[in-house]
Amino acid sequence: MSARMLLKAAVLLLTFTAPLRAEVNIQAVTSPGGIKAWLVEDHGIPFTSLEIRFKGGTSLDTPETRGAVNLMTALIEEGAGALDSQGFAAARDGLAAEFRFNSDLDGVSVSSHFLTENRDQAMALLHSALTKPRFDQVAVDRVREQVLSGLRSDAKDPAAIAADLERKRSFGDHPYGSDGSGTIKSVTALTRDDIELAFHDAIARDRITVAAAGDITAAELGDLLDKLLGDLPAQGAPQPVEATLQTKGGITVENFPGPQSMIIFGQGGLRFSDPDYFAASLLNEILGGGRFSARLMTEVREKRGLTYGVSTSLASFDHAQMLMGQFQASNEKVAEAIKVIREEWAKVAKDGVTEDELANAKTYMTGAYPLRFDGNDTIASILVGMQDLGLTPDYPKTRNEKVEAVTLEDIKRVAARLIKPEDLHFIVVGQPTGVVNE
Amino acid sequence: MLRTLGRTMFGLIALSLPILPVVASADTVSSFTLDNGMQVVVIEDHRAPVVTQMVWYKIGRADEVAGHSGIAHFFEHLMFKGTEKVPSGEFSATVEKQGGDDNAFTTQDYTAYFQRVAADRLDLMMQMESDRMVNLNMSEEDVTTERQVILEERGQRTDSDPGNLLQEQMSAAQYLNHPYGTPVIGWRAEIAGLTRDDAIGFYRAYYAPNNAILIVAGDVKPDDVLAMAKKYYGPLPPSDKIKPRQRPQEPPQLAERRMVLADERVAQPYVARSYMAPERNPGDQKQAAALSVLANLLGGSGTTSVLTKALQFDSQTAVYSSAYYDGTSVDPQTFGLVVVPAEGVSLADAETAMDQTIAKFMKDGVNAADFARIKTQIRASQIYARDDAGGLARMYGEALAVGLSVKDVQDWPDVLQAVTPEDVMAAAALVFNRDQAVTGWLTTKEAAE
Repeated sequence: MSARMLLKAAVLLLTFTAPLRAEVNIQAVTSPGGIKAWLVEDHGIPFTSLEIRFKGGTSLDTPETRGAVNLMTALIEEGAGALDSQGFAAARDGLAAEFRFNSDLDGVSVSSHFLTENRDQAMALLHSALTKPRFDQVAVDRVREQVLSGLRSDAKDPAAIAADLERKRSFGDHPYGSDGSGTIKSVTALTRDDIELAFHDAIARDRITVAAAGDITAAELGDLLDKLLGDLPAQGAPQPVEATLQTKGGITVENFPGPQSMIIFGQGGLRFSDPDYFAASLLNEILGGGRFSARLMTEVREKRGLTYGVSTSLASFDHAQMLMGQFQASNEKVAEAIKVIREEWAKVAKDGVTEDELANAKTYMTGAYPLRFDGNDTIASILVGMQDLGLTPDYPKTRNEKVEAVTLEDIKRVAARLIKPEDLHFIVVGQPTGVVNE
Repeated sequence: MLRTLGRTMFGLIALSLPILPVVASADTVSSFTLDNGMQVVVIEDHRAPVVTQMVWYKIGRADEVAGHSGIAHFFEHLMFKGTEKVPSGEFSATVEKQGGDDNAFTTQDYTAYFQRVAADRLDLMMQMESDRMVNLNMSEEDVTTERQVILEERGQRTDSDPGNLLQEQMSAAQYLNHPYGTPVIGWRAEIAGLTRDDAIGFYRAYYAPNNAILIVAGDVKPDDVLAMAKKYYGPLPPSDKIKPRQRPQEPPQLAERRMVLADERVAQPYVARSYMAPERNPGDQKQAAALSVLANLLGGSGTTSVLTKALQFDSQTAVYSSAYYDGTSVDPQTFGLVVVPAEGVSLADAETAMDQTIAKFMKDGVNAADFARIKTQIRASQIYARDDAGGLARMYGEALAVGLSVKDVQDWPDVLQAVTPEDVMAAAALVFNRDQAVTGWLTTKEAAE
């Protein structure tokens, strides 16, 4: 078979395959007690994944208690009710359940999965963690040392240094402008009372999103939700205000030893609710998506060998939006890589993209979408994300049509609106040759 | 406990924490062998219309010719550089156009390529993967640019990370004679010297159906996969150059090795120890199973493990501790320990506390409650594993690529369940031999002076 035939075969597949739809059947469930959740029921494997998200996260910290929500989140599983840290971990592992507690700038996530055979026991244990965490002083002190150890490492980690500079520069005094883990000083000063307060601020019913996937019926889930979350406090702390993004382009160099530099670059983005979001999303995919055929990957890696990888993404947070990217490169190659990225930025802002690029990005995005719904943990987590974006349960069936509807003209208009070469700012942590602050 | 601790600190060590082993039930797995010697395994999971194709070559870093370190990994990159039918860059572009993902990875023992796509695109994936098994056609320019990418990759993953540099040095000291002592990515100077001719020679010698394993996992029927595999991979000629892998083996190790790596980029010092340890062998996985359970007992939980309890609860010696072991390899492996001291605790004191904890474990033996919990978790992990067909594909591929059989993979959970506390202690007594160990300290420049 010749090359042309193979490619033609591929094209045929593309042309005659109707837009894929995610065949995921989402039920909206309301518990007898009024707690709402989404559910994808699948009884093939005897376990359930449950994802709970509390909106707010580390951005609820006050400047004085920076890091309190992060430390609190890490302490939820360090003893509850009659069980100390050891007792809680032994009980959880004895049930072969998994509970993961994570905080980020917009929320606290509780991700769990548990076997059908001991679901009630696993949920009783999780309930005690969410309602009666002990925050024993010994546990606070031990986990605090782990956080401090992480912060000391971050102080010498080029990726963490770059992220910190980028945050500060972009968002100033807003909570988004500093590391949610806190500083050595603020974390050292946190008391048990601060942790208790952070718990009451962050964990409440007025900010909750829930989803489940796996071996559970809607009725069983409703019952579970009331038992698990029904007696949480009704209200937590007020949500943070909108962040103002500082948008002045340029380069900031921070000296750091080593053969390579770490580079973060970015500018303003747009909201998921923006009518141009899907066009922007396709545009990002074409410019800096993780695919080998994306423009930046082609120009910086494939053609010039300047980096192992470069990509960009639309970062949509609850209170700010950015278009951000990153790469690492040998110190002597940084200047050329930045030059190439700036040229690509200007080029796409001026000319948009080609018909071919748009067609390929569409088939990629529409083809990749149904593949996301793979595995109970993943599905539960996606379902929480969708609810937080204000979507309806039928969204997976219509999402690809929205992608398909984007035209070349849309992209051109959005590129002119979104891509701002003059706003593009680079943080370079390393010892780059011929790169100076500007 | 804190989940993000150590995300960059421990480098590769953090990636090889003792993960409980998993397996798929036999009724969803079928295996075949094509006439040209290519092995085919199909894992069915019909819950989502997705398929993963993986092709594993039984050729890794440890099979390279001396002086050409990194060629296996370098070649993995070059496999994306095109054939007459699918020009350079088109392979990934075609997968991406289908909405799929593709990539590849190289280890000491194997090189694997995979795509994850909608199940009805498997035919096209096989067409392209079989094409590049024999028809690769790379230009001098492709080779030159890709060598630069790989030097950047080495810069990013290894040279920029003191933890990975220490691990590289420790492996080099661990193996006196066996090729596992050389890093998968290769030594920088040798990577820089790799040529197109080296790559072509390597390709012709090792890329052939009788040195490859095809794993297909997802929404597929075994008969359909077999028919497709016969169509695309079946006509490829086997190579007569594939021989059993007989690498130089270790002489008796008689002297402990110790090293200190001081680097100004280190913020959080730690002590790491590796011991020689046996690997899983076909039909004989008992010792490896005991070592897997041992690693879980000593360091598998951030709260209840022996090391954690002793160093983070009963005393405040450490902020983090772990044990790791992965016995899925062709030749003998290592069993590792790592302790990150608490603020104000020296590496010497941390190491002493670690050794005292191990000595006490050897005296006290296995805690029955801990042991029962780990057995429960192993049983449950078989249930959870069925949720991830791609993960199962990887697990089968890995095992088959190091010479284990489908039966070995399916026996593994039973072998693990059969492990007794006595087996664990016997395995511990075997590996905890300081004459066969390497101890590494990662420290700040200031502390070293």
